[in-house]
Amino acid sequence: MQSLTDRKKVVGNKEMTFKEKLYLPAIFGGMWITFKHLFRKHNTLRYPEVKREFAPVYRGQHVLKRDEQGRENCTACGLCAVACPAEAITMVAGERKKGEEGLYREEKYAEMYEINMLRCIFCGLCEEACPKEAIFLTDRLVPSTFERDEFIYGKELLVEDVNLRIDITKRQLTGKRTEK
Amino acid sequence: MNLETIAIILGGLTIGSALMVIISKHPVRSVLYLVLTFFMISANYILMNAQFIAIVNIIVYAGAIMVLFLFVLMLLNLSRENEPKSSIMVKLGAVIAGGTLFTVFIAALKDGVAVAATTATDADSIGLVENLGHLLFTKYVLPFEVSSVLFIAAMVGAVLLAKREKQIIE
Amino acid sequence: METSELIEKFIVIVVLFTVSLGVAAYATYFERKVAAWFQDRIGPDRAGPFGILQPLADGGKLFFKEDFIPEKAEKWLFILGPGIAMFVALMTGCVIPWSTAMEFGQSVVELQVADVNIGILFIMGFLSIGVYGIMIGGWASNNKFALFGAIRASSQMISYELAMGICVITIVMMTGSLSLKDIVVHQHGFWADGYFTWNVFKQPLAFLVFFVCALAETNRAPFDLPECESELIGGYHTEYGSMKMGFYLFAEYTSMFISSAVIAVLFFGGFNFPGMDNFEGNTLALLGVGAMFAKTFFFIFVFMWIRWTIPRFRFDQLMHLGWKKLIPISLINMLVTGLVIAYLEGWFN
Repeated sequence: MQSLTDRKKVVGNKEMTFKEKLYLPAIFGGMWITFKHLFRKHNTLRYPEVKREFAPVYRGQHVLKRDEQGRENCTACGLCAVACPAEAITMVAGERKKGEEGLYREEKYAEMYEINMLRCIFCGLCEEACPKEAIFLTDRLVPSTFERDEFIYGKELLVEDVNLRIDITKRQLTGKRTEK
Repeated sequence: MNLETIAIILGGLTIGSALMVIISKHPVRSVLYLVLTFFMISANYILMNAQFIAIVNIIVYAGAIMVLFLFVLMLLNLSRENEPKSSIMVKLGAVIAGGTLFTVFIAALKDGVAVAATTATDADSIGLVENLGHLLFTKYVLPFEVSSVLFIAAMVGAVLLAKREKQIIE
Repeated sequence: METSELIEKFIVIVVLFTVSLGVAAYATYFERKVAAWFQDRIGPDRAGPFGILQPLADGGKLFFKEDFIPEKAEKWLFILGPGIAMFVALMTGCVIPWSTAMEFGQSVVELQVADVNIGILFIMGFLSIGVYGIMIGGWASNNKFALFGAIRASSQMISYELAMGICVITIVMMTGSLSLKDIVVHQHGFWADGYFTWNVFKQPLAFLVFFVCALAETNRAPFDLPECESELIGGYHTEYGSMKMGFYLFAEYTSMFISSAVIAVLFFGGFNFPGMDNFEGNTLALLGVGAMFAKTFFFIFVFMWIRWTIPRFRFDQLMHLGWKKLIPISLINMLVTGLVIAYLEGWFN
């Protein structure tokens, strides 16, 4: 069979030559290799001061977007929950009352919306499934805590603040949504 | 503090730790006390200005042979529960044999005590390497070489024991 | 002994003690740094500038940990084990000549705690005692992994001590003295009578065997079977915590320091350095200390270099190497050395 690479080595139990039996050339060769590593550039990033650059398509903690007038985009259709392979998303739908038009864009909205961050595999399928451009994954990391229930993120953590919008333009530039 | 007091204290400690070897109940502890005894004996050698013998005693006995003893004892995992019970007759026999040996030692060493005390303060260096080597290879060359033959015999015996006989399969 | 002499010796002892502990502490830091460099990392750099306060942080952490003794352990032996390990590691340093004598006004201070005429045997003796710390600690823990570690340590020590001793004998044959000071003085300078004076150039094979044995005697990789993590969790110090554990680690690094110093003394001329005849008095002594420490630190680095390069031996490979390779090699080497010495002294004429 033809090998895929040209780095194939045939392994055999052949008798070692005297030079190989001495082991010393091999040992010194190995030590020379490690010695060369002394002068290589190190790969460590000093984390809190220097942060590793994220890929523009990085998928981190989710955000529920609001539109330009500050209304929640999500209409609790449940497509994201259906699409989720890890079954991490739960929601309860509610009807918009009179006087709440400034809060929710559609007549139906999510009263409760939870993502279990321990279950979530950050695949981004919820984002793909969403017809209302409500849920997006961002480049923020999910912080670690000591308790399990603290990883179930409710609306208070997921919906972006009206005044502190979360930037998702990087993902939109790479995604297919730009063509629309 | 003169040398004699040190010698007496050291001797007491040596005998004490030697007694602990047979008194202590756990075999591993016995071995450790035996190591301590060897150290005490080495200290006695140093007192007699025989540094070479002292350090060789530590290297060979404390450092190698007792390590092997300890090695075997740790593997055996001896304890008081599974110690074989010996009959009264055996105990009586042991007491008689030990007592006889003790008497013989006392009889033999009765006259030697005074000699040992003088060498302790002697300044000339019998135990130093050069003198020892000269003595071993001139005056005592025959016993030295004969004992080496003994060692070779022991080694051959060990190799023979270690080499399993080839099984003949028919 | 006069009072002034006693005070001098006391100062030398205290300085040696402090230096040994300091070097051992910083060897732990340096080990982590070297490991990091070999693996293209940075290593500890948070405690103080470049992380130089890391050993203090480690030591402080060990001191404040719970001092735990297992219920079924032999209590006194459990405590005695690390004590012996540390004691032996620190004791060996006292026969090593660090440099020529220094003069302070009237008094002449030898930079060596004790110039015993059997110095090298003293070191061999204490090396062979060193295994008791490991064995007692491992057995007293009442843990099967600790026991395995202890047993491995003892058999390894006994096997490699022989080859090491034979290599030492070759050096002693060439020098004609067991005193470490005489061995160093014998290698005076660097070049004399058309050849190097250092023993490594006269006995390269003995040096190689001795170095391998030194690795095995200090339980350093690739001979760290008594404590190998992948098979025995922590080996003999599995049950140890707090400063007792710290003692074992410290003892390992101290004995690494002492072994490096012994290698420097036996094979690399100790405090001798090229062109030492141009200096004298205290300058020579200080430069000698510098040369001695430079060589010692180089060998500590080589110890670490080997640890982060070569994988651990299997136990049968270890025994095979010790008994069937190193001992015959060193015996033949000793025989050849003896013949050459006899020839040079004109026995065959």
